[in-house]
Amino acid sequence: MSDGAKVGDWVQIERIVLPAGERAPQVPEDTQEKPLVMRVKGFAQHEAKLGEQMTVETVIGRRESGRLVEILPIYDHDYGRPVPELLTVGNEVRRLLEQPGAPEGSEGR
Amino acid sequence: MTSRTVKDDSYEAVMQRRNEILADALGLDYSRFADGPLAFDYEGMMQETGYSLDEVRSIQRETGVGDTPLLELRNVTRLVRQLAPAGKGARIFIKDEAANPSGSFKARRAALSVYQAEKQGYEGVIAATSGNYGAAVASQACMRGLKCIIVQELFDSRMVGQPEIMEKGRKCEAYGAEVVQLTVGPELFYVNLKLLEDTGFFNASLYTPYGIAGIETLGYELAEQVRKRCGRAPDMVVVTHAGGGNVTGTARGLRKAGCAGTRVVGASVDLSGLHMASDEDFNRKSFTTGHTGFGVPFATWPDRADVPRNAARALRYLDRYVLVEQGEVFYITEVLAALEGLERGPAGNTSLAAAVSLAQELDEDQVLVVQETEYTGAGKHPTAQLTFARENGVEVRRGDPDENEPGECIVIPETPGQIKAREFSLDRMRRSLIRNAVQQSGMEEVGQREVSFLCEETSQDRDFVLKVLEELDVPVIS
Repeated sequence: MSDGAKVGDWVQIERIVLPAGERAPQVPEDTQEKPLVMRVKGFAQHEAKLGEQMTVETVIGRRESGRLVEILPIYDHDYGRPVPELLTVGNEVRRLLEQPGAPEGSEGR
Repeated sequence: MTSRTVKDDSYEAVMQRRNEILADALGLDYSRFADGPLAFDYEGMMQETGYSLDEVRSIQRETGVGDTPLLELRNVTRLVRQLAPAGKGARIFIKDEAANPSGSFKARRAALSVYQAEKQGYEGVIAATSGNYGAAVASQACMRGLKCIIVQELFDSRMVGQPEIMEKGRKCEAYGAEVVQLTVGPELFYVNLKLLEDTGFFNASLYTPYGIAGIETLGYELAEQVRKRCGRAPDMVVVTHAGGGNVTGTARGLRKAGCAGTRVVGASVDLSGLHMASDEDFNRKSFTTGHTGFGVPFATWPDRADVPRNAARALRYLDRYVLVEQGEVFYITEVLAALEGLERGPAGNTSLAAAVSLAQELDEDQVLVVQETEYTGAGKHPTAQLTFARENGVEVRRGDPDENEPGECIVIPETPGQIKAREFSLDRMRRSLIRNAVQQSGMEEVGQREVSFLCEETSQDRDFVLKVLEELDVPVIS
């Protein structure tokens, strides 16, 4: 991946909406110490390198400016690893239902 | 889009303009329903949508919303009957709301809001939500040709996103919405207000009368389906409770279907001890909705929402409120997939976990309905959430679910018999509601009008309300 965006590239930008110390009064201390940061994706309106200022046009046509953080921003959420604590649950409950004297089901779907 | 004049965009200034911005963004003047500083005409406000239940159904059908299947969970019912005393263990049904266009019951809430926005000539809609509602608004806006912005609280200060919310953001983008993603904090609402002001879009809040009227069809439909299948009204409906809309709308729909005897039970995941606006706690929770962090504050102070008067008022409708642990919900999500062939949730399965315990109290010929499922996907799955929990230092193990500790330890039950619906005192919440209502109104003494309103708000008689007011040292003038 190049470290620069061209006009029309799909990118993500970031900007500080409220600096640390200017957060809402009801915010707890650990959050007060951090800025409120916003990220938005859109089409690059000019060339810029990662970390430089960038203006984008969002998918609905709105303009936003901020620091360029990613080009073709990734979707990297996934299903994670199999969880050993859950892997055996299915067979455990099936065995319970196979026990002699287990109740019959009610009428079908 | 409206042209921007020079104005003060500081947090305080925007919050001070809150009511004007909201009035423009909804075309609904809430001051008309006010009845003094504390009370207001709730039913008058609900009728303001101007749509009958039949009209709501037909608006929803235009975009393929509703008419979802009611599935009998035969194997879960058998399992419950093994755990229950002889003759106990209600038939358990689940309303497969994942079959809605955007994969959750939230499509019902979005359908009416977006319809209203289109009818009133708005160019677009905005919703501040980190939940399934975002995808619902995006999907409905897409179908009706409106622009859509979804504002999410997604990252902690390390810019690590909650996997479930990342998935919900991706889905919004798939429907052509712009997704504005923020770090932790209640200033989500401030950003929402600024966007409403700058764009002139409609405020598709979860908490407008439209957002709630849309759910009435869910309660109504499930009553019709149970009557047809079982020849009786549902005995108990278990509802995952967060902001209160699901409880309110479902219960109102049940009442409209004539189900006066149906018990409405709210269920939330217990996340007590974790602060919802804390940067450090944010990624230590494995549920982003359906939990006590929303369930308790929204029930006891509904008007904390992004509208002047919240149409979701759970304490008017709840017969019981129960809590379950995170590990129990992940366990039952696995059971639902393994025994019934339905991969759904996880957050929406909060009510199913509670139902496994509650059904054991009911007779075998009684009917319990779990009133929603939600789509599952990358990030939005027990394996995703538990992998993420481990990465954030949360312990995951099998054991007694009573040993769950939000943010520290998730305990997956060893047997289904360990799943418990833990009673949470409604009276305690009713007291909080009365205290909050008086405090927020600024009234130092209240009159009969306020007492009557608080009776409606808590679904209690005058004696209860008067006693609480006395405990709070609030004089009642006649």
